Amino acid sequence: MKLTLALAQINTHLGDVAANLEKHLALIQEAQTAGADLLVFPELSLTGYVLQDLASAVALRPTSDNPVFQRLLQASQALDLVVGFVDEDRRHRFFIAAAYLSAGELVHVHHKVYLPTYGLFDEGRFFAWGDAVHAFDTRFGRVGMLICEDFWHASPPYLLWLDGADMLLLTSASPGRGLTSGPQLESARWVEQINQAYASLFTAFVAHANRVGYEDGLHFWGGSTVYDPNGELLAKGPYDQEGITLAEIDMNQLHRTRARLPLLRDERTALVLREMNRIQADSRQFGR
Amino acid sequence: MIDLTLNTDLARTILTGFVHSEISRVGFARAVIGLSGGVDSALSCYLAAEALGPQNVLAVRMPYKSSAQESLEHAQLVIDALGVQSLTVPITEMADPLFERFPEANPVRRGNVMARLRMIVLYDQSEAFRGLVVGTGNKTEILLGYTTLYGDAACALNPLGDLYKTQVRQLSRAIGVPEAIVAKPPSADLWLGQTDEGELGFTYAEVDQLLYLLIDQRYSPEECVAAGFDEKFVAAVVERVRRNHFKRVLPPIAKLSNRTVGYDFLYLRDWGT
Repeated sequence: MKLTLALAQINTHLGDVAANLEKHLALIQEAQTAGADLLVFPELSLTGYVLQDLASAVALRPTSDNPVFQRLLQASQALDLVVGFVDEDRRHRFFIAAAYLSAGELVHVHHKVYLPTYGLFDEGRFFAWGDAVHAFDTRFGRVGMLICEDFWHASPPYLLWLDGADMLLLTSASPGRGLTSGPQLESARWVEQINQAYASLFTAFVAHANRVGYEDGLHFWGGSTVYDPNGELLAKGPYDQEGITLAEIDMNQLHRTRARLPLLRDERTALVLREMNRIQADSRQFGR
Repeated sequence: MIDLTLNTDLARTILTGFVHSEISRVGFARAVIGLSGGVDSALSCYLAAEALGPQNVLAVRMPYKSSAQESLEHAQLVIDALGVQSLTVPITEMADPLFERFPEANPVRRGNVMARLRMIVLYDQSEAFRGLVVGTGNKTEILLGYTTLYGDAACALNPLGDLYKTQVRQLSRAIGVPEAIVAKPPSADLWLGQTDEGELGFTYAEVDQLLYLLIDQRYSPEECVAAGFDEKFVAAVVERVRRNHFKRVLPPIAKLSNRTVGYDFLYLRDWGT
């Protein structure tokens, strides 16, 4: 099975959902014309990133009676979509979220499970922590979604792999930092390295959509990537420029790679669980 | 190994993008810059001209009667090289009545008055030219507090504030700022023969390396001494950074209500854009 995956490397208006929705619809149209089957938008693509006190004001419910999601669900009749937004649950907790939409239906919502609250980041102050990492079925196979800091930790991608995801859809609003004499920012180098590493370690497709633009002095660097199950770069968006990056995905590459390298077959989950239980029980080790 | 070298192409892309974004998103297309003849304001002017187009940049020269002729000439080099719009507004006639009223004013007071008069001229031109004031302060002087609050520190956006002086020089050379401007000793040009390094008591090359360890690499003062820096120098710089922090933050507001600007009323400046 083959599909055309598209990454929407966009700039956003901070706190202006209506303006961002129009941009989404325009890019969905563009991706559809280009033959895309699945279009992935970056983290918080409908709202902008450094929301602070705007978080509650821009929050949505990803349901068909929500006017924003109504239009996105309609658009998902033509191609599958991943969009980033603030999800307000029934108890009025606000989550950084990604929604997978297909054929007019909401397929899955992921709530960001790791909220960076250090250095320049302050997400834990404004958002609730997600509490689940689940893979889910799509018309292209089983996939998983993670948001930025989620994949700076090794465990969420690992859990998705064990839960059956053969394609990881990663989204970011990654502020650029670490300008040196090197060819790219340190933050860009790090994200590219771990994306490639996950593709190699999990013999899976790893797609990463990162935004561009500025919010006050923060700069988002783009450079969206798609790696195949061999860890080969299939496509890369430019740094710092808006646009759609297309990648042809041949799902049969999973068959070929895993015939050569049966890391998934040999993964010893019972051993992992046994050791995790022992480590978790030993308060001197790691009790979280 | 302390290496402050930058990928100048990447710096240029990020900084011109920043200037364009932060000006255009609030409905402006133009910039106003005070051009002193020094390397910092020259670099800001180059970045703004590249980001907005030279016709959309107004470079303002604001000499006092004691300013060096060379400073005016160096500013003119930048204006001619870029083709930006320009204006010369001497501040002597504005400054002298105050200096005559307070003849005892020391060089610090006089320097602050001049810096703040230049701010008044720039913000007046900001309204007249419909452009935002682009700052010229670098990371070294912001950390050391070697700047006049509400004077040269006043601006609407600052593309240079995360570049050490050493890095300002490197980027300036890469972007084509005339060598005469990059190579000369930095000076606030308040009196004849004044230089930054003479007044500060150390060179930018030395202090940039120390600040890089203290700030960027989070070294403790003791670790800086162990890395080879003089103990008194380290202590003086650490104290200087702390003592001048007031110049880097907004004035504290006394909290009374449940929601107070600065504490729990939190939005970026780019809110809604």
